[in-house]
Amino acid sequence: MEACHAGGSTAATPIINPAGHKLVALIGPPNTGKSTMFNRLTGLRQKVANYPGVTVERHIGTARVDLTREVTLVDLPGVYSLEPRSEDEQVTHDVLHGAMPDLPRPDAILLILDATSLARHLMLAAPVLSLGIPTLLILNMTDELKRRGGAVDAAKLAGELGAPVVLASAVEGSGIDEVRNFLSKTIPAPVRIELPVLNNLSSCRKWSGDVAALADFQKPSPPEWTYKLDRIVLDPVWGPLSFLLVVVAVFQSIFTFAKPLMELVQEMVATSGQWIALGLPESWFRSLLVEGVWGGVGSVVVFLPQILILFAFLAVLEDSGYLARAAVIADRTMAKLGLQGKSFIPLLSGYACAIPAILSTRTIENKRDRIATILVTPLMTCSARLPVYTMLIAAFIPDQPLLGPLLGARAAVMLGLYALGFVAAAGTARLLKSTIFRAEKAPFVLELPPYRLPRPMSIVYRLVDRAKVFLKRASTTILLTMVLLWTMAHLPLQNGVAPPMEASYAASLGRAIEPVIAPLGFNWKIGVGLISSLAAREVIVGTLGTIYGIEGEGNEKGLEAALRQDLNLASAVALLIFFAFALQCISTIAVVRRETASWKWPVLQFTYMGLLAYGSSWLAYTILR
Amino acid sequence: MSLPAKTLSQLKIGESAVLDDFELPEEMSLRLMQMGMIPGALVEAAHIAPAGDPAVYRVDGTEIALRRETALHIRVRSEQG
Repeated sequence: MEACHAGGSTAATPIINPAGHKLVALIGPPNTGKSTMFNRLTGLRQKVANYPGVTVERHIGTARVDLTREVTLVDLPGVYSLEPRSEDEQVTHDVLHGAMPDLPRPDAILLILDATSLARHLMLAAPVLSLGIPTLLILNMTDELKRRGGAVDAAKLAGELGAPVVLASAVEGSGIDEVRNFLSKTIPAPVRIELPVLNNLSSCRKWSGDVAALADFQKPSPPEWTYKLDRIVLDPVWGPLSFLLVVVAVFQSIFTFAKPLMELVQEMVATSGQWIALGLPESWFRSLLVEGVWGGVGSVVVFLPQILILFAFLAVLEDSGYLARAAVIADRTMAKLGLQGKSFIPLLSGYACAIPAILSTRTIENKRDRIATILVTPLMTCSARLPVYTMLIAAFIPDQPLLGPLLGARAAVMLGLYALGFVAAAGTARLLKSTIFRAEKAPFVLELPPYRLPRPMSIVYRLVDRAKVFLKRASTTILLTMVLLWTMAHLPLQNGVAPPMEASYAASLGRAIEPVIAPLGFNWKIGVGLISSLAAREVIVGTLGTIYGIEGEGNEKGLEAALRQDLNLASAVALLIFFAFALQCISTIAVVRRETASWKWPVLQFTYMGLLAYGSSWLAYTILR
Repeated sequence: MSLPAKTLSQLKIGESAVLDDFELPEEMSLRLMQMGMIPGALVEAAHIAPAGDPAVYRVDGTEIALRRETALHIRVRSEQG
């Protein structure tokens, strides 16, 4: 058999260049605790962005290695091999070969493997060591290995691989100092050793098994707890029941538990807005700041508690290992729609907000399934639609019982709108399956990690991460839209003051689109609302308040009465349906653009949902009129 | 002696067999091999989803969920064979 050799020089390379930070790449297979190790080493000093042109997220952080020195750490996606087949593997391959445009070739590699699966995971060591970059092998989860009666001799393994080895447990924090210590000194380039032919996986697996055996690796006993728990979790009766319980718990927390927190944020925004108003003299600037910036961004930031609670839930489910089981349970149903098991969580999250839902599609490795899930998710009834639905239902649906005291007419309409969103999402998924994704077949392969106790710190890190992404969006796209809208509503000046709403640029814009929306039963005022709601759906409530000259809290009744002047039941239903289907959310468009790394998908999605909304609203208005 | 050809999808829960070969696109079989499903490895059917599909297989110290449509194209032989 032909064998390739590792490395070039055996000369030690200093990791830290006093002139600047050295770049260290963290690489390893999925489910090895790589992110936990990354968080241990960098703390909160990390940045998330996407690699140029692809949907893979790039985590870069700064790790302190001793009192005075630091290195830059890049957390690569979890991969089983360095062959560039998937996007994740391509990114890993490019970074390690120095082919990534804005990243130099790493000066050192931290290769992190799961010690409990050493005999298999060592397969990744062969291609990594053959790069010739100074490499430290970190055997993670050694606590679990010990607990389950396994063992490995790190010194012997280092001898076999020609590279240093550290035993660690990122979860318990052991081995971290050794990793820092290695980074503070020098890691020698790997010593030339016999490596298997890399493109023959059978020989690679044999090689890794042999190396593990030479390092006195003793396989741990099977994870009995996981086996026992799975017998319940995947049981024909208990499985679906516990699944349902989890779904109900997620729903409860994003709607019931999040409510007081959301009200708190709302109050904080309102109070701080009042302070600003008090501190500034009456001027156009004060109005812009308080009404435009504060009010507008505030209406979006209100969703932060809900989004964070949702993500905390998802993080616990993911870290515990349940998420993989949930995907197995949901796969059959999702497959019928042309999606897959892992699409379930994004769709569920879509009930809170499409933005975190789309971010959570990252767990779907298959690109076709991921894009299909991203395309249908915004049809799920997100909580930004809730204020719009509540306003219109209160104004047009009589508060009378429908099915005795159990179900009122208003609740029935609300439920119907939720059902409508779900049916549209399911129907769209089917449509995608039989049209643009017809040719592509997506296999479903999922590794089930053992159940593990989630670590609070790792969840906190992810929440901080998500909060940053969300707030960044609120402070850029949404802020810009709100300022633009405020400006249009307050110009052109008449005798040096803002004009009445009817004479503003916003009104001209509303009148300009009136011919288009008149067939749906909407006038120019609703038109201004529709345009403003592109910033975020619920903005229409505030906009209509401004247009009708009804502002402030506790004036809902006045707004409802004003709405009844301009809309009848038919056009109100048309408006409800329009909001159920239309992609009235710049943030979602921006996040889809970012996650799919192309304008093609958000444009297609916006057009499709817009046509669906327009067509259905027209139909409803025409029938009910 | 060699028994009639059997596929992974035919394994009953708790039953194990030796992986023989894949009749799958190369990308898929490579993916499975990287996860430990290498010809010659012992694989056991561990669980089946409540809806009847997919199934969870235990191989090389890990558990992998596969749909029936995939397992149909993976040939196995009995442990003795």
